Amino acid sequence: MSEYKSGSNLEKVLRAGHFAFTGECGPPQGANVEHLKEKAGHLKGCVDAVNVTDNQTAVVRMSSWAASIILLQEGLEPNFQMVCRDRNRLAIQSDILGAYSLGIRNILCLSGDHQKFGNHPEAKNVFDIDSMQLIHTVKTMRDEGKFLNGQDVDVPPELFIGAASNPFAEPFDFRVYRLAKKISAGADFIQTQCIYNMDRFREFMKKAVDMGLHEKCYILAGVTPMKSVGMALYMAKQVPGMDVPDTLIKRLRGAGKGKAAEEGIKFALEQIEEFKELEGVAGVHLMAIEWEHKVPEIAERAGVLPRPTV
Amino acid sequence: MIVAEPKPIKELLEMVKDFNRILVVGCKGCVTVCNVGGAKEVAILASSIRISRKKMAQEIEVEEHTLERQCDPEYVDELKDMIGDYDAVISIACGVGPQFLSERYPSSRIFPGVNTQFMGGAEEHGIWSERCAGCGTCVVHYFGGLCPIARCSKSLLNGPCGGSANGKCEISKDVECIWDLIVRKMMEQDRLDELIEFKPPKSWITARDGGPRRMIREELVK
Repeated sequence: MSEYKSGSNLEKVLRAGHFAFTGECGPPQGANVEHLKEKAGHLKGCVDAVNVTDNQTAVVRMSSWAASIILLQEGLEPNFQMVCRDRNRLAIQSDILGAYSLGIRNILCLSGDHQKFGNHPEAKNVFDIDSMQLIHTVKTMRDEGKFLNGQDVDVPPELFIGAASNPFAEPFDFRVYRLAKKISAGADFIQTQCIYNMDRFREFMKKAVDMGLHEKCYILAGVTPMKSVGMALYMAKQVPGMDVPDTLIKRLRGAGKGKAAEEGIKFALEQIEEFKELEGVAGVHLMAIEWEHKVPEIAERAGVLPRPTV
Repeated sequence: MIVAEPKPIKELLEMVKDFNRILVVGCKGCVTVCNVGGAKEVAILASSIRISRKKMAQEIEVEEHTLERQCDPEYVDELKDMIGDYDAVISIACGVGPQFLSERYPSSRIFPGVNTQFMGGAEEHGIWSERCAGCGTCVVHYFGGLCPIARCSKSLLNGPCGGSANGKCEISKDVECIWDLIVRKMMEQDRLDELIEFKPPKSWITARDGGPRRMIREELVK
């Protein structure tokens, strides 16, 4: 692998063997560009790329490609998230071309939460293709220069292809095979769902390493610091596919009034320390949900600063 | 009714090529009415399989059976003493049939023998067309009794689009523009004012978009 697939900063950092550190930023529910810039500003210099979510939890927000461009203008590297819920294969392919043309170099391919969870539950969903097929679509456009119909792409989009993996969804035994399937479909890097159940994640990674998946793809472990006991309870009970052990909830409770957030950060830092050493883990994806201003502190305390320049 | 068409025989033979004891199961419901999956079609398919295997000098046993309905556990149960004798089962009911068989007989290999098309009716003998998309909230009364969701290529609620010409849809001269019919009908009924009213986006919660559907009628549940 001498030539880069996309030449994105994230790709370069990972290829150089550095422990990657990515962040996340949700676009505003409106055209509030200043607020977006302010949130993203906290991440500057702290992360290798910033995931820009695409109508996350099926709530309408500024389009992810537009918000990605704003981040790019602010000097941050976006990781453009794309879901299959809201676009058919025509829109998907044209948005891929548009995003690439405007300077986006990373894409994260997702199915997308069902609209039932969002603020337009009456909407029709699209799901013309699924996340697996989306990964394959981007790879085919990039490496073969072909659209889904086999016709030539006039200047293929050179994108670093990302995918998600949830080690905690069921059936648990199948999860690593689905990860393998995404890698075969064309994923260059993986960002996992937020990890809280470390035992289960270790087991998952061991299987992935046994299958050699970490040699075919960069796996970034997902970390979301808990801000409060309430958030932990919400994640445990309301968010599909989330595995929050009781021991963590107890630990946050035990921290005492007003100290749960700090305890949540401490747990995240312990996780990051372990991930640095865990075989097969190539980095951390920090999803500090509506807590972007805490990212510099977390990055500093996690010892991942300054970020490498490749 | 649910309208289906037979899968190409070549495709079916390929599906079951590794099996020598085959049970073909028909259904006396919709697929009998649309001449695709009743006792007669079961016999035709079974013969075709036998003939094709004979040509290849391969051993084959094909049994025929037609159930009252394949979408009702009570009738599906009928197969319990025989299904174990076969290593492949071809259901020529709509897509519900092979699934009910798969659920009831988990160790059996079940294959679909037809392609389920749509909910519709017979225009005349041998011609069927779509009428209902099963959206879960019927609105045909707003449109002169005609459904634009199932019958307009774009499912427009505020049609017709600019592609309507000579009563035909832009996708094909063989497809009627349902909006052309809706407009004519509403004008005949002197209800044009209703059509001029803006129809807001529809809720698709009750349609397939809201997730797989299940209905419980409390008064009928024992």
